[in-house]
Amino acid sequence: MNQEKIDQYGDELYQAFLDRKTIAPFTERDPDITLEDAYKIQLRFIQRRVDAGEAIVGKKIGVTSKPVQDFLGVFQPDFGQLTSNMVYQEGDVIDLGGLIQPKAEAELAFVLKEDLQGPGVTAMDVIRATDYVAPCFEIVDSRIRDWKILIQDTVADNASCGVYVIGSCKADPRDVDITMAGMVLEKNSELFSTGVGAAVQGSPANAVAWLANTLGELGIPFKAGEVILSGSQSNLVPVVDGDELVCTVGGIGSCSVRFAGRSAV
Amino acid sequence: MSITLNREDIVRLCERVEGAQTRAYAIPKLTNEYPGMTIEDGYAVQSELRRRFIEQGHTLVGWKAGLTSKAKMEQMGVNVPSIGFLTDKMARPENSVISTSDLVHPRVECEVAFVTNKDLAGPGVTAGDVIDATDYVLPAIEIIDSRFSGFKFDLESVIADNGSSARYVGGGRARRPKDIDLRTLGVVMEKNGEVVGMGASAAVLGNPAEAVAMLVNILHDLGERLPAGSFVMSGGITEAVAVQPGDHVIARYQDLGSVSIRFGE
Repeated sequence: MNQEKIDQYGDELYQAFLDRKTIAPFTERDPDITLEDAYKIQLRFIQRRVDAGEAIVGKKIGVTSKPVQDFLGVFQPDFGQLTSNMVYQEGDVIDLGGLIQPKAEAELAFVLKEDLQGPGVTAMDVIRATDYVAPCFEIVDSRIRDWKILIQDTVADNASCGVYVIGSCKADPRDVDITMAGMVLEKNSELFSTGVGAAVQGSPANAVAWLANTLGELGIPFKAGEVILSGSQSNLVPVVDGDELVCTVGGIGSCSVRFAGRSAV
Repeated sequence: MSITLNREDIVRLCERVEGAQTRAYAIPKLTNEYPGMTIEDGYAVQSELRRRFIEQGHTLVGWKAGLTSKAKMEQMGVNVPSIGFLTDKMARPENSVISTSDLVHPRVECEVAFVTNKDLAGPGVTAGDVIDATDYVLPAIEIIDSRFSGFKFDLESVIADNGSSARYVGGGRARRPKDIDLRTLGVVMEKNGEVVGMGASAAVLGNPAEAVAMLVNILHDLGERLPAGSFVMSGGITEAVAVQPGDHVIARYQDLGSVSIRFGE
């Protein structure tokens, strides 16, 4: 795909994001689009947000569970960039009016205290370089019509990232078994689903190592202080005005979030 | 609802179930012949089976809760949990080879097991009472084996078949319930090195201790109590998975270690 088209598609996503409107999947319009093209479109989309004043504060890893990989027909995760306007604090109410077709996922977030420079990064390096882990919610959102995504569509669309909130309780990864830590997700005080760290690439640390190595190949920095959302441990949760979600990770603690307003779709 | 079957029918159905259990063959579900059978009728058949086994020299060691997770209820198409009794003859050691030739179509599930050190009697027993009366919890694998053709049954039939109880294996690391969070224990079940089930302990009625409380309250309805020293399995956290000779199954638990078994002819 030539740069002109890449820029055009990236700009289209940025406009859809601003207008809270959806666009047709790129894979419908350009069936030959590659994953590499898709990441270039993502870069353009994010560059537009950075040009408008946002800062890059971290990364998200997506497509980390076997059922989702099987569904999309891929055998590796994908990633997107976290920007400063995506951040909510625990206790904030998330305004659904700012989103298009949101769904929530419960995850474990990593905050780095050292740079991670791939290639050659292992899960052991990830533990060493991690300041702390914390339960979090990612509110995924798609600028692609009806979530009709193939892997190239979601990658171009910044891995379908919407906003996120990180819980205030945290743990040193040396103090908790992040692979075996159970995750309990409640919606409006009722059990919604349960999960475990191992659902994410065998261990959330594996997903972060994959990201470090992938970024290393692409020459994208992965710096101390960055936040990494390591991948969903729950089913996707539909959310509407008034909903409250709580996720609790065994050995760490919980993160809660409330929603208000109405999304575009 | 109440007991509708006469003594003759109860004995007849009990002999049918006992034959299927001891000689390992499948029978049609009991409600085919007795469509008006109630849950109480099911427990009447189960109680007769327990009386017979004890008369034959089996020792009652405890009870199991069944159909306690949303996943299991959906898998089996029922909406109320059930209980069954456990004897010494059903116990198998950790790291052993379990014969399948005396089983019909065995399936495995991972559970949290409780060992009590105080008597518990319903009605009105709470999860807190259960914790208070618990000596320790441990990880367990239950090998269930419905004697009904194609694992097709209803609640009345499965209760008569002693909740599909067949074999059980306790192992791993014993823990005091006050030293761990019983709600958020992560669990991963692997068969032959492949992950076949994942979840957290809250999948069982929100907390496995709730399932034990429910079990004690059902026991009260049957005119029974749970004596100190009982072994109780609280119900499958993951969906049940079929096994055959040659299979190796390992259940890994957060904070409780693991339980491993193999299956042979």
